[in-house]
Amino acid sequence: MVLQILFIAIALAGVALFSYNLKKVIRNIRIGKAANRTDQPQKRMMTMVKVALGQTKMFFRPIPAFLHLIVYAGFVIINIEVLEIMIDGIFGTHRVFGGMGALYNFLIASFEILALGVWLGCAIFLIRRNIIKLKRFSGVEMKGWPKSDANYILITEILLMTAFLVMNAADAKLQAMGAAHYTTVGSFPVSQFLMNLLPNTEGALIAIERGCWWFHIVGIFGFLNYLPYSKHFHIMFAFPNTYFSNLEPKGEFSNMQSVTNEVKAMLDPSFTPPEAEAGKFGAKDVNDLTWVNLMNAYTCTECGRCTSVCPANITGKLLSPRKIMMDTRDRLEEVGKNIDKTGNGFDDGKSLIDSYISREEIWACTSCNACTQACPINIDPLAIITELRRYAVMEESQAPASINAMLGNIENNGAPWKYSPADRLNWAKES
Amino acid sequence: MSEQLNFEVPTMAELLAKGEEPEILFWVGCAGSYDERAQKTTRDICKILHHVGMKYAVLGTEESCTGDPAKRAGNEFLFQMQAMTNIEVLNAYNIKKIVTGCPHCFNTIKNEYPGLGGTYEVIHHTQLIQDLINDGKLKAEGGESFKGRKITYHDPCYLGRGNDVYEAPRKALEALDAQLVEMKRCKSNGLCCGAGGAQMFKEPEKGNKDINIERIEEALETQPQVIAASCPFCMTMLRDGVKLKDQDKNVQVLDIAEITARANGL
Repeated sequence: MVLQILFIAIALAGVALFSYNLKKVIRNIRIGKAANRTDQPQKRMMTMVKVALGQTKMFFRPIPAFLHLIVYAGFVIINIEVLEIMIDGIFGTHRVFGGMGALYNFLIASFEILALGVWLGCAIFLIRRNIIKLKRFSGVEMKGWPKSDANYILITEILLMTAFLVMNAADAKLQAMGAAHYTTVGSFPVSQFLMNLLPNTEGALIAIERGCWWFHIVGIFGFLNYLPYSKHFHIMFAFPNTYFSNLEPKGEFSNMQSVTNEVKAMLDPSFTPPEAEAGKFGAKDVNDLTWVNLMNAYTCTECGRCTSVCPANITGKLLSPRKIMMDTRDRLEEVGKNIDKTGNGFDDGKSLIDSYISREEIWACTSCNACTQACPINIDPLAIITELRRYAVMEESQAPASINAMLGNIENNGAPWKYSPADRLNWAKES
Repeated sequence: MSEQLNFEVPTMAELLAKGEEPEILFWVGCAGSYDERAQKTTRDICKILHHVGMKYAVLGTEESCTGDPAKRAGNEFLFQMQAMTNIEVLNAYNIKKIVTGCPHCFNTIKNEYPGLGGTYEVIHHTQLIQDLINDGKLKAEGGESFKGRKITYHDPCYLGRGNDVYEAPRKALEALDAQLVEMKRCKSNGLCCGAGGAQMFKEPEKGNKDINIERIEEALETQPQVIAASCPFCMTMLRDGVKLKDQDKNVQVLDIAEITARANGL
């Protein structure tokens, strides 16, 4: 009874703390400006099913895609087991779904095979990151916390799967010994090989079985609460992120309505622009970005597919699209903390541009869309780079001198180079 | 010069004066108008249009920059000024269909003009060539033979990833009976030439290599006789790369329109 109350208390606390932190994240995302991403719901749903659920974009790189699919399937399917654990925990039962008979045996067997798959997948991921040291996982932005974060996630998953398998092994052994309370249910294709490693006394086995059971479920609640601090948030945000992703051709940049009104008024004096909303052009800080940009930042799991295909990054420039996303999240988290402390998020003298993302980075972009194409969950670093450029050019008039010269040429003679408009048709006449 | 046109290029103003309307407007673009190398491509697109007897016209001195480089550089004001001025001209001439000689103009007019009041059917010149081949109006005969020659095609970002046009340029090359070899990074995984996003007009940031060198090394790995382009900016970057690698004697960089014109003896 005491254990049941303890379990319920832990479960409630785990869910409550997570909800509290999730609310803060959603509040932070809502700092962003409005963006209309609710059109074409069917197409959006299809995109989500294909890209997030079906992971179609992952398969551009088959090896990590395969390993990721196993870990993902394991994560989703083993959650059925968590449901049983929840019921057992609350009502003090043991393997409450056991009555399902053959189906239960099949399920437990599948969980075990998946658990082994997850275990191996995570182990290979750790090897790729720490021993093979794949280039994709390095870079200036991947030092310190981001590197540890990745390893913590993988190690936690390995520990959770180990606990699950050891728990089953102890259970199977107890079942074989005919221990009270441990009725014979389940099928243990993987953990049967662990049985010989366990002690033979009933007391010790019960301690191991119960210990693993508690470790597994408390670990899951702990992991849930780790998400808001981690890149691993993508397991949730991948779904809304793909649903609300850009459906237009990648080459299309948004037209700024605020500018349209001003330009119309300039070209046609009789045009009266609608009441302009206060605000600046482009983005200096996270509140100048849209909520979609900010959700993108929380969704990024720092896999680096974007950076590994970025022509600027490949040729040694500072720009890394992954860093753009990580900087945006870091700045947004900082603003969120400022709001918690003082109520105002932006009076700390910092901004996304300059304090986090340098001018050199934003001007190195070729807008080639390799990053948006490569992202397995449709994150758009280019949209943020564009907004930062808009701020630099339209609010500050701070662009590289040659860019200013090009803009001057367009303004004066309708071409990015200094040629006379009168000569525009010379190609048809000259020899 | 052999590239000189032996026919007049009609302008919209001239057609209007005659009370006529073209089937298609050829949007030349700034590079196509002023850049010496791109002018060749422009003339070849005209030769193709003339050859198939399609009624077309250009805006001539009434054309102005689409505003693409201004928009990518972050100057939305200048972009929209350019866009609205151009849209006024296009709408005044009642333009319905446009072919562009440049993927940047193509993308901007096709995707970004509709929101500002300019809605047209817009195609890139490689799509025009594909259509003409499909309709049997254009063949690869009567000119230089590309049969069996090794050609690798570089996808421009704003045609490929930007607008998912991967097949049209390849179809045009397939018609030549040439040997089409793909680079490691092609189609949706294609590597930028380094000129997009207004990079064409500035020095690159500090790094360990220029992007066009990275790209040209990959192109040369396929041991091509021709590197095919379909964008005037890519053309500049690729040619510079080939020159820097001292390969300009062995490898030609040609636009798909040029290749098509040559194959047809135009």
